[in-house]
Amino acid sequence: MSRTEFMQGNAACAEGALAAGCRFFGGYPITPSTEIAEAMARKLPKAGGVFISMEDELASIAAVIGAAWTGARAMTATSGPGFSLMMENIGYAAMTETPCVVVNIQRGGPSTGQPTRAAQGDMLQCRFGSHGDYSTIALTPNSVQEMFDLTAKAFDLADRYRVPTFLMSDEIVGHMRERVTIPGAVEVERPRPLAEGALPFEAGDDGTPGFAPFGSGRAVHVTGLTHDERGYPDTTDPEAHDKLVRRLVAKVESARRDIADYEVVNPDAETVFVTYGPPSRTVEQVMRDRPDDSIGHLRLRVVWPFPEFALKVFPNARTFLMPELNMGQMVREVQRHVDQPVISIPKIGGELHTPAELVRVLEAYR
Amino acid sequence: MRHEIRFSGYGGQGIILSAVILGRAAALYDDKYAVQTQVYGPEARGGASMGQVVIDDEPILYPEVTEPDIYVIMSQQGFEKYGIRAGMDAVMLLDADLVRSRPDCRHYEIPATAEAKGALGREIVANIVMIGALVTATGVVSREAIERAVLDSVPKGTEELNQKALKRGFELGERA
Amino acid sequence: MIAPDWFRDDRLPHIYCTGCGNGTIINCTLAGVEEMGWKRNETVFVSGIGCSSRAPGYILTDSLHTTHGRALAFATGVKMARPDLHVVVFTGDGDLAAIGGNHFIHACRRNVDMTVVCMNNHIYGMTGGQGSPTTPPGAISTTTPYGMSEPAFDLAELAVAAGANYVARWTSYHVKELTKAVVAGMQTPGLAFIEARTQCPTNYGRHNKLRSVPAMIEHLRSHAMLVQKRDRLVAEGKPIPEGTFTVGELVRRSRPAMGVQR
Repeated sequence: MSRTEFMQGNAACAEGALAAGCRFFGGYPITPSTEIAEAMARKLPKAGGVFISMEDELASIAAVIGAAWTGARAMTATSGPGFSLMMENIGYAAMTETPCVVVNIQRGGPSTGQPTRAAQGDMLQCRFGSHGDYSTIALTPNSVQEMFDLTAKAFDLADRYRVPTFLMSDEIVGHMRERVTIPGAVEVERPRPLAEGALPFEAGDDGTPGFAPFGSGRAVHVTGLTHDERGYPDTTDPEAHDKLVRRLVAKVESARRDIADYEVVNPDAETVFVTYGPPSRTVEQVMRDRPDDSIGHLRLRVVWPFPEFALKVFPNARTFLMPELNMGQMVREVQRHVDQPVISIPKIGGELHTPAELVRVLEAYR
Repeated sequence: MRHEIRFSGYGGQGIILSAVILGRAAALYDDKYAVQTQVYGPEARGGASMGQVVIDDEPILYPEVTEPDIYVIMSQQGFEKYGIRAGMDAVMLLDADLVRSRPDCRHYEIPATAEAKGALGREIVANIVMIGALVTATGVVSREAIERAVLDSVPKGTEELNQKALKRGFELGERA
Repeated sequence: MIAPDWFRDDRLPHIYCTGCGNGTIINCTLAGVEEMGWKRNETVFVSGIGCSSRAPGYILTDSLHTTHGRALAFATGVKMARPDLHVVVFTGDGDLAAIGGNHFIHACRRNVDMTVVCMNNHIYGMTGGQGSPTTPPGAISTTTPYGMSEPAFDLAELAVAAGANYVARWTSYHVKELTKAVVAGMQTPGLAFIEARTQCPTNYGRHNKLRSVPAMIEHLRSHAMLVQKRDRLVAEGKPIPEGTFTVGELVRRSRPAMGVQR
């Protein structure tokens, strides 16, 4: 039985996690993400899960990875400063192919910045923030409903590709309340089990190994060191490192058409907005207020791996416009895939671009 | 039609809850769309608090309030911080005993706190009186919807008191 | 004697230097596991970074070799999510007391039901012998060329103060006592912390006038004082000889613990 509620984005995130079978949450309070931890603290024990308030964010993500290796769906939630602290172990999760979900309710930075104001300032950090080469998945909800839907989806993607998967939300969507429909049941896709006789880090055809959680009798050695298919450290052979890290990147990047999730409006348009997260709603408002086929919109629900092919949906595009709640982060990624000018419309300080602001930019660039 | 409603008062009056109740009434019981937002800050209880709701018949795209057309103001500080710039076309309900100033726009003086303390015997329901007055004075949501949303949102055992407060608010709003 | 099926023989040779005490401590710990009757498919070894932390990679069970200092936080996740698994953490003085100090005190406070064995060799061994939080005052290391000027942490006393249900300290000389302590710790619900002081001939002994492995082990033996003897000297008002450290069982208690299988 589905139910409809008027709910905060952060609460919907927790509901999405629970519906997807999340049974472990390790976290540390930080504004503006704390309501997620509070909801999980109330609900997880009743669902037979474990909530634990760790001593810091380094420990939170560590505990989540530990729990994930027992086969539990595991999650943490944080914001800028805590996200920065998690970076080392996010790299560990990428290297060890640990499925887990990290929610970042972004706030103004750098440093402590604006705890109660929205930003999209961590979009490159979630892709490149840990050291070394790796690839991850990042989802960007723009509504309370999507806080539920994309959180649940993040668990499936994390399991399928065995990567840390990010829900890159923000204070606006995390704190707003809207109507949300919570389905009675969510279909859940768990990792492919490690086949009999297969090595624990031997990739299948899709580049991802089967998964043998702790306690399943396969004696898996998990290490953040460069390792071979047995999981054993092999830290000096250039080929071993090359093979492993190329696979870690390729298993995500080569699946970007499968992972991609985006909306296209007016593919024949000449001026095209590219958005993710809440600035998409300002663009939608502008397009409803001023119907005009020459204006298009590409709205990304998955920003990493970046779906560069979606930009080709607009063959007549002359200009791309990118409103972001930062000083221009994803705009760099868009620009490297297209020949047309990509105009950054940065906004920082915590408020969403207003429709009037975007109309002014539109008039200047068309 | 899009309405933008802003509530302000001091922390502890139930300002944020009022905004949530109004949003819930519209989104769950009136078949409309609603987005509720609020100002988060480190202020302790007693400071000016503010919550807002956008209500529309069609899906709400831009979720933030730019220029409220309806204000509910329950403290002088709240008026000075969040009500003083109300446009001439706006409507403001203010708690007559707690707000000294008066705006240039159309406004209704609702003695919500005095009613709550007096006839109802519990100051805590002043915000519910105010919501009742808001509904009959502006018609922004239906009476039935707000009744159900109030009952959803108040602690068990206080339903009767809150229903009385809401009803009293309806009367005050009708007279306004 | 430990059954050979606990080891990954396809990982040999191991990385430990000749004369290193870590192998002794791994043996004592595995002897404890065998005495407890724990099965390989229900026991998980967790570690951080450092020489100590390579130990799980040589043991034929599920094992999690994590990031520097964070082993206890990872282990907390494993144990809380699967209380039916036995969790043993190998760590070292740098891993546990420097970069992982906060996790150490909080794991003891929570009293998560696991066994933590710290190979305290008083030095950052893997990176080539830098001063750690347990390097004794005056000791020479590559980063304390004029002698360690900071006081050292007493790891076992730290665990006692932070709330662990079982705390003991022995050395690589005291193999029988160490094994018994591991078993006692495993039997005690809650966090068991066993500090095993050990020799690092390559990076500590060479620089500190302890040129042979026997000399290092003899130094550990001769400076270890039974906790009962220390208490007696204190009661009698007699001085405690300089440079000694207590060995034995420092605490065994039943504070509330987490992750205990019901």
